[in-house]
Amino acid sequence: MSKRIDVEHLNVHYGDFLAVQDVSMNIEPRSVTAFIGPSGCGKSTFLRTLNRMHEVIPGAYAEGRVLLDGDDLYGKGVDPVTVRSMVGMVFQRPNPFPTMSIRDNVLAGVKLNNKRISGSEADELVESSLRGANLWNEVKDRLGRPGSGLSGGQQQRLCIARAIAVKPDVILMDEPCSALDPISTLAIEDLINEIKTDYTVVIVTHNMQQASRVSDKTAFFNIEGTGKPGRLIEYAPTSDIFNTPQKKETEDYVSGRFG
Amino acid sequence: MSTTVSTRKPGTESSAAGRAGDSIFSGLSLAAGILIFAVLAAVALFLLLQAAPTFGAAPADVTGGKGFFTYIWPLIVGTLIASVIALLIATPIGILVALYISHYAPAKISNPVGYVIDLLAAIPSVIYGAWGATVLAPALVPLFTWLSEHAGFIPFFSGPASQTGKTMFTAGVVLAIMILPIITSMSREIFTQTPKLHEEAALALGATRWEMIRMSVLPFARPGIISSIMLALGRALGETMAVALVLSSGPMIASLLKSGNQTIAAEIALNFPEAYGLRLSELIAAGLVLFLITLVVNMIARAIIARYKEFSGAN
Amino acid sequence: MSTSTTNPGLSPVRQSKLTRGQRPKWLIPVVGLVAVVAGAALAALIGFSVALWALFAAVIFLIAGPVAVGLIEGSRAGADSLMTFLVYAAFLLAVIPLISVIWTVLANGVPGLTSNMLLTSMNGITGFQDNKADAPGDVMGGAYHAIVGTVSITFWATLMSVPVGLLTAIYLVEYSQGGWLGKAITFFVDVMTGIPSIVAGLFAAALFGMIFGPSTRTGFVAAVALTVLMIPTVVKNTEEMLRIVPNELREASYALGVRKWRTIIKVVIPTAISGIASGVTLAIARVIGETAPLLVTAGFATAINWNTFSGWMTTLPTFIFYQIMNPTSPTNPDASLQRAWAAALILIIIVMLLNLVARLVAKAFAPKTAGR
Repeated sequence: MSKRIDVEHLNVHYGDFLAVQDVSMNIEPRSVTAFIGPSGCGKSTFLRTLNRMHEVIPGAYAEGRVLLDGDDLYGKGVDPVTVRSMVGMVFQRPNPFPTMSIRDNVLAGVKLNNKRISGSEADELVESSLRGANLWNEVKDRLGRPGSGLSGGQQQRLCIARAIAVKPDVILMDEPCSALDPISTLAIEDLINEIKTDYTVVIVTHNMQQASRVSDKTAFFNIEGTGKPGRLIEYAPTSDIFNTPQKKETEDYVSGRFG
Repeated sequence: MSTTVSTRKPGTESSAAGRAGDSIFSGLSLAAGILIFAVLAAVALFLLLQAAPTFGAAPADVTGGKGFFTYIWPLIVGTLIASVIALLIATPIGILVALYISHYAPAKISNPVGYVIDLLAAIPSVIYGAWGATVLAPALVPLFTWLSEHAGFIPFFSGPASQTGKTMFTAGVVLAIMILPIITSMSREIFTQTPKLHEEAALALGATRWEMIRMSVLPFARPGIISSIMLALGRALGETMAVALVLSSGPMIASLLKSGNQTIAAEIALNFPEAYGLRLSELIAAGLVLFLITLVVNMIARAIIARYKEFSGAN
Repeated sequence: MSTSTTNPGLSPVRQSKLTRGQRPKWLIPVVGLVAVVAGAALAALIGFSVALWALFAAVIFLIAGPVAVGLIEGSRAGADSLMTFLVYAAFLLAVIPLISVIWTVLANGVPGLTSNMLLTSMNGITGFQDNKADAPGDVMGGAYHAIVGTVSITFWATLMSVPVGLLTAIYLVEYSQGGWLGKAITFFVDVMTGIPSIVAGLFAAALFGMIFGPSTRTGFVAAVALTVLMIPTVVKNTEEMLRIVPNELREASYALGVRKWRTIIKVVIPTAISGIASGVTLAIARVIGETAPLLVTAGFATAINWNTFSGWMTTLPTFIFYQIMNPTSPTNPDASLQRAWAAALILIIIVMLLNLVARLVAKAFAPKTAGR
């Protein structure tokens, strides 16, 4: 259930503006990869190209290749809907569907593909997904209540449960803890460590401690200035990035002498 | 702040004059607000006063000879029939067009299209009426004939169909075209306000565009759609000219394909210029009934909007 | 959008497994073609007409297209394409009447747009003249009196409703401070918005009928009716415009020791003036086309009457209505129809111009955004 991602010479444009330039990297299955870098360096944009969510923004397009176990996501005739059902995503701000109950939120993606899922199967899936997201014990008595009634951290874990219920191959997380308090953040980080045994996880974070705590490999992105494209500066095992960075820019950034 | 006149500085008005200006201005604007009450009260009062003779008149003197209720009942039914036809046609099309503008049309043309739909709303009703009578009515005759021949067993479509096309069905279609922009422009506004977060949540789960709309846009917009439909209904109920010009009126009948039926508004417009005495009072009473009906519909719409505002505030 | 052929760094491509079950590009055009042909055949069976052909072709396409997509890509894609086609179909369906209305008005109105139409009234025009007129240019009589009536009635309605509307909006935004009175006024303005136009006409007729005797009909009665319709529009729009004026501006002015009423006149209103002006223009555009309230208040005149306070008046909408419903010459209604359509064209031009002016005003006086 976990696939590798190979990115080859990817450029991302917003209309005329080149946002990300020439990124190539290989992401191993069953690992956590963190993207770090200053604001506006294109790391979130790049993350979105891994499940073609950037196409939601008018005028955005990517060139190059993103291979999911060898299959090009941008190949001719590939439907972005198929891609997104294989590569799930968790957003910066928790976004459970406000009109749905907790249970329906977990099942939202599953019901798309399998409308006639039986009640007992659905119950099992809800429990396993919520357990997978470390949320089961907190919400098992109120599965019928609206998801918007939960705390921010619980909502974010609900969104993770919703993402893993579809059984994707990859889970992308775009600064999943930036809207959460420290305790909720810790809960999410623990969760990331647990789900990496089953999924390829890619996480964008502003928080370098978080990157060093959760990730196996880290990619550092940077821009030279406003209006310039973001580029991948260094991509290495996390301990190397933080202890023995090869590039001066990386060292400046991780040691706090930058931005 | 000092209130003594002696602190007057060069270049500023005297405090006394300033204060007077303040109270005059606030008094004026308050008076304007209260004038609204006065106008509304006057509308109700004068309609009631002028309509009163009808309610006191002997049933035999009222048009139709059987009292006001027997007179107004077919008109209420006619008004409702025309509005229901209009809603049945305009609601699905209006919502789909709103979706087209908000989620389907390319970014470049969605704004111009929205403007064109607003223009549709700006065309005066008498022109729609004239168009309905001269273009639409004859064009619908073959459809009516076909319907009455093949679906005549349904009372609504019983024949023989009108050969001029000036029927309730045509009037409903014209009304539908007139209220469509209301539904479209209100729904579109709410559709575009759907939080991007929820749309992206659906897409990231692998939803198609339609599934995304069903999962995130429609639940968010439901109260707004309902209230836009109610407001459109209020407009359709009170619309006069389209019906007056398009419908060849007559007594209440079930068939929508024959001449017959009449709405309150058109009844008033067509008969008022020649009316005097008790007839005048009857028509004003009819207007009062129409006012009450639209008032109820609009109240319901406002209540839905108000409740919806409370909910969206909590999120 | 792949640059794989030009970029030497890319690994060799193999057939992607993600593309399974994709519909071929030609599918939809082919289904469309089949629908058009089959629609023509079906229509020919019943009795060919273009409308029938279009109807059958559309129905066949709306069924066959999604079914074909659904068979190849699964039911979800089928449902998605069904909705896409429906949305586009609804849009086309909504545009047809608009085009038809504008085309009808242009085609029937332009021939009648003569100097007679614009510069003479219907005074002395009877069935006799109409029966003699064969060519569009021969038609005597025009809508000058109706244009006069429209302009003077709308002028008085604007003169009465704009100050009341503006002041009410100012009260709501600047003075009421969320009090019960403000809420009550907002509520009653909402109620007023929903008054059917014919009821507003009845009110004005009843009001003047009580005071000056039944059947008092002048341009001013009509103006009162239109005022009732116009006030809520002006209040609503002005209120919205005043509310978006940032509070910082007001506070800056108060901090300079400027009185509240001067702040409103010198700071708040100038900031919002473009929105207010375009809102008033749109409100005028709305009431200028009102017909029903004028039928019951202004009477019907054939001669030019500049005096709003005495005598009957005709406006463009009522002129159109009466020319269609009661042609001057019942045996030869073409002359009347021609005048009606020409008047409709004039009316539509006025309304469209007002809409355009409103947009231009909103743009021209809009506060300049920083840096651009």
